Formats: sequence, C-alpha cells, structure tokens
Amino acid sequence: MTMTHMDANSQAHGSHPMPPGMMAGAAADRAIAGAGLPEKITVRNLDFFYDGYRALKSISLPLYDRQVTAFIGPSGCGKSTLLRILNRMYDLYPKQVATGEVMLDGVNILSPKQDLNLLRARVGMVFQKPTPFPMSIYDNIAFGVKLYEKLSRADMDERVEFSLRRAALWDEVKDKLRQNGMSLSGGQQQRLCIARAIAVKPSVLLLDEPTSALDPISTAKCEELIDELRSDYCIAIVTHNMQQAARISNFTAFMYLGELIEFGNTEEIFTNPTKEKTSEYITGRFG
Amino acid sequence: MTMSNSATLATPIGGLYHRRRIANKLALSLALGAAGFGLFWLVAILWTLLYNGLSAINLSLFTENTPPPGGEGGLLNAIFGSVVMTAVATAVGTPVGVMAGTYLAEFGRNTKLAEVVRFINDVLLSAPSIMVGLFVYEVLVIRMGHFSAWAGAMALAVLVIPVVVRTTEDMLKLVPNSLREAAAALGAPQWKVITMVAYRAARNGMITGMLLAVARISGETAPLLFTALNNQFWSADMNAPMANLPVVIFQYAMSPYEDWRQLAWGGALLITVAILLLNIGARLLAGLGTTRK
Repeated sequence: MTMTHMDANSQAHGSHPMPPGMMAGAAADRAIAGAGLPEKITVRNLDFFYDGYRALKSISLPLYDRQVTAFIGPSGCGKSTLLRILNRMYDLYPKQVATGEVMLDGVNILSPKQDLNLLRARVGMVFQKPTPFPMSIYDNIAFGVKLYEKLSRADMDERVEFSLRRAALWDEVKDKLRQNGMSLSGGQQQRLCIARAIAVKPSVLLLDEPTSALDPISTAKCEELIDELRSDYCIAIVTHNMQQAARISNFTAFMYLGELIEFGNTEEIFTNPTKEKTSEYITGRFG
Repeated sequence: MTMSNSATLATPIGGLYHRRRIANKLALSLALGAAGFGLFWLVAILWTLLYNGLSAINLSLFTENTPPPGGEGGLLNAIFGSVVMTAVATAVGTPVGVMAGTYLAEFGRNTKLAEVVRFINDVLLSAPSIMVGLFVYEVLVIRMGHFSAWAGAMALAVLVIPVVVRTTEDMLKLVPNSLREAAAALGAPQWKVITMVAYRAARNGMITGMLLAVARISGETAPLLFTALNNQFWSADMNAPMANLPVVIFQYAMSPYEDWRQLAWGGALLITVAILLLNIGARLLAGLGTTRK
C-alpha cells in the first residue's frame, strides 16, 4: 500500500484505505477523483448570501462517505460558511440564505421541509474554540444523547464510555466524570466536544478548524483521532494548516473568494495542482 | 545636545508641570473629600442604627407581636408579614421577569417589540414605588373593597419584575453564542438550548439579580401603605391586611411612645442587616460567576 501522506510526520498517524480514484494520479483523471466511492453529501450549484452579499458562488462538490475532505483557502474565502450550510447552522441567524442543492443521502437538506434538529443530530459539528457546556463531563455527553434516545442508566454509562474512548479521552477522565467539563485543559475540552458529537451517532462530522486553538501535542492527538474516525464517518474539516490538510485528508477543496477553485484527492492537489491559484496558495505565496 | 535641550525646555515644561501637579493634588483632594463626605453619612447612619437598634434586639422581638402603646411586645407579626409578602412577590415576579428577560435576550434580540419592551422595562425600573402602590390600590384594593396581603405582594411583585428582566437579559447576553451553536449542533431545539445550556451558564448572574430584587423590595414602604396596610395583630390571612416591617417602622418611629420608637429602631436594624446580607450574598455569587470565566 502506498502512503498517501506527503509529510514524514504523518507516518505516526498510520495510513488509511486509499480511494480507488487516487491510484490514477494523472491530472486528466482529476474529473473523476473519487469515482466509485459512495457520495454521502453532494453539493450542487450552491450560493450563499449574508444579507444580500454573495459569499459562496455556485459551489459543486461531493463529500465521500468514510473519507476526510479538507477545505483550505485564505480567511474569508467561505470555507467555514460552506461547512455551516451542511448542518444548516446558518439558520440560527436571520438574513442568511442558501440557494442550490445539498443532497445528504439523496435528500435535499436545504428544503424548507427539512427538520433542522434531526438534521443536526445526523450531522455533528465541532467548533474552533472548545465549547464544553457548564455541566459535568458525563452530562456534556449525555446531553445530546438524551435529546433523541431514552437510554437506561447502564446503557447511558456505556454510551458515555464508548464516546470518550472513541475520542481517546476515556483514560484521562474516567475517574472524574462528575467534574465540570470546563475544568479540563483546552485539548481535553476539544476531545470532549468531539466525544459529545460522536455520542449522538451522526454519520457526518463537520470540524471547523478544530485544532487551531490547541497546542501541538493536543493537535497531534486530535489528528490521530480524526484518522481513526475516518473509518466510520464522512468527515469535512476546515483548516488553515496546510500540513494538517495534507496529513489527514483524502480529498482537498481549495476555495478562494467564495469560489471553489479546485477539488481533488489530496495528494494530487498538493503535488500537482492544475490551477495557478492553488499552487500559489499551497506554496505560501499568498493567503 | 540633550543637555542643552533639557536646559532650554526646563522653564516652560517646569511651569506646566508645576501647574499640573497642583491641579492633580486639587482634583485628588476634592475626590477624596467627596468620597469621605458620602461615607461619613453612611457610617453615621449605620452607627446611629446600631447604637439605637442593638438595645432593642432581644428574644421577645422575634417571639411577640406588636404591642399596644405601653405594652410589652416584639415584631413577630411584622417580620412574618414581610417575609411572606416578599416571598410571594418574588415567587410571582421572578418567573415573569425571567421569561421576559429570556424573550429579550434569546428570541427577540433585534425585533421592534423587544426594543419597546426593553424601553418600558427601563422606565418601570426607575418608576417611583409609591406609584406602583397607587396602581395596585386602584386595580386590586378598590375592587376587592379592602386592603390585603395579596395586594401588598402584587405591588412588590411589580417592583421585582423590571429588576429581574434586566439582569436576566444582561446575563444571558454574556453567554457566548458559540455555546448556543454547540448545543444546536447536537440537534437541540431552541428551548432546550436555553433551559439546559444558556440558563446554566448564566445561573449565578440570574440568581444575583433575584437577590438584588429581593433586597430592593424588602425595604419598600410606599407600595405597602396603599395595599397591605398594617395589622396590629398576628394574621396569616392573605386576604386581610398584614403587618410588615417597613410600615411598622414608619408608624412606630413617628409615634409619641418611647417603647414603640425603640421597636422601630430594632426593626430598622433588622431590615438593614437583612438587606446587607442579601447584597453581600449577591456580590459573592456574582464574583463566582466572573472568576469562573
């Protein structure tokens, strides 16, 4: 098996199943990058408006199931905006409108008939800053689960342990589950937030710069975690850190000024980009 | 170079500096004087209260009812009445205030209606309490045909509401939006986000607001004069006039009887200490809230 990573550091994170499309390598095959993989989410002709200002311009791209897709681009290019459309977070605020189609398992989630709470239970999100709720570690995780499931005490204990183990936090907190979640360190808080998102059993995970507020060690732990989670979820991650995108993603989307400039498998984007802008950005000439 | 510079500049800067030092000293002493003047009266009031009130504090103050002139007695019925009416007023006013404050902070942030409600609430916040008393007199006492503890409690509740509305809104606005987004991202409906997450994050501040409201109404006299009136005897009937500390103090302090005036001092000290404790409690809680962030 070929290593998909470019960075030597990434070897620590282990390799991951290679999508068939990645084998081809040639730029000509870019159009069918990921072909054959099941599309979890399909974005078609998506436009987004902040109070009339067009922040996204006809974006179309697929998010493959059980793959990590990274969104890179300079600040203000619309990558976080795009992420916040995928669970319709923007609906919390007035004067924000999305047009086009976002198909999740074949259903257009932009449809006004879409139940937002059910959608968000299926599409989990982790934010840039850790946001533990002001309650115990246990309750932080149980909060989301209780919204949609009636679990017995024992089942809930099991779910909490499952989520914390999955988020690689169990060993650190198993003796203090009753402690306030805000008493944890920043890195632990972020893993708690990931555990919280996993606990409701979503099929998609949206990560909005999940490590930008963390120290290098916590970042490495989170990256390892993402690497492990890829086998079960469709993951979309926004990051400002190009090495991170290269290390952990299978596919990369480069965005600039509200447009999707280039989308393809990560190795291709980083070694052989087809667009001038992409190559300028990844080599650090702007942004 | 620098030497000659400082030499040539010495005179004008020196003069300016000198004037500034004098102005500074003057401003400082004026500020200190003003602070001292204010504190002097506060200390004088507390001292007079302690001096005259301490001797009135004894067991019978808490165990016996208000006496007729010349008789032995205490303030039991008045203390009871104050506690009951304050409790009812808080129980009625707090939920209304919390809900209205929640509307302002969570649902109606940028709506016209919220702006109007906020403005009216601010007016109510500074409305003279005697007008609130007159209002309840018109609305309740006249229709019921008699003074009652219910009317007193309602007048106090009207005073509680604006304080609680204001603090609830302010405290909820301090809760970062990222916390609401995080809860919503798990699929929580808005009311769950508010009750389970936002309230929890704002809890200390909201309790502080409630304590401040209790402190405010527990010393109010004017609204009770027109509503609960007073009662010389023990009464736990909410439909009848009820004794209460502020009105008892008001009546006894102006009476010609030495023992009544003594009781008034005792009551005044009691109320002051209670309010002081409430305020200290509120401060401690508010402090807890800020240091945890």
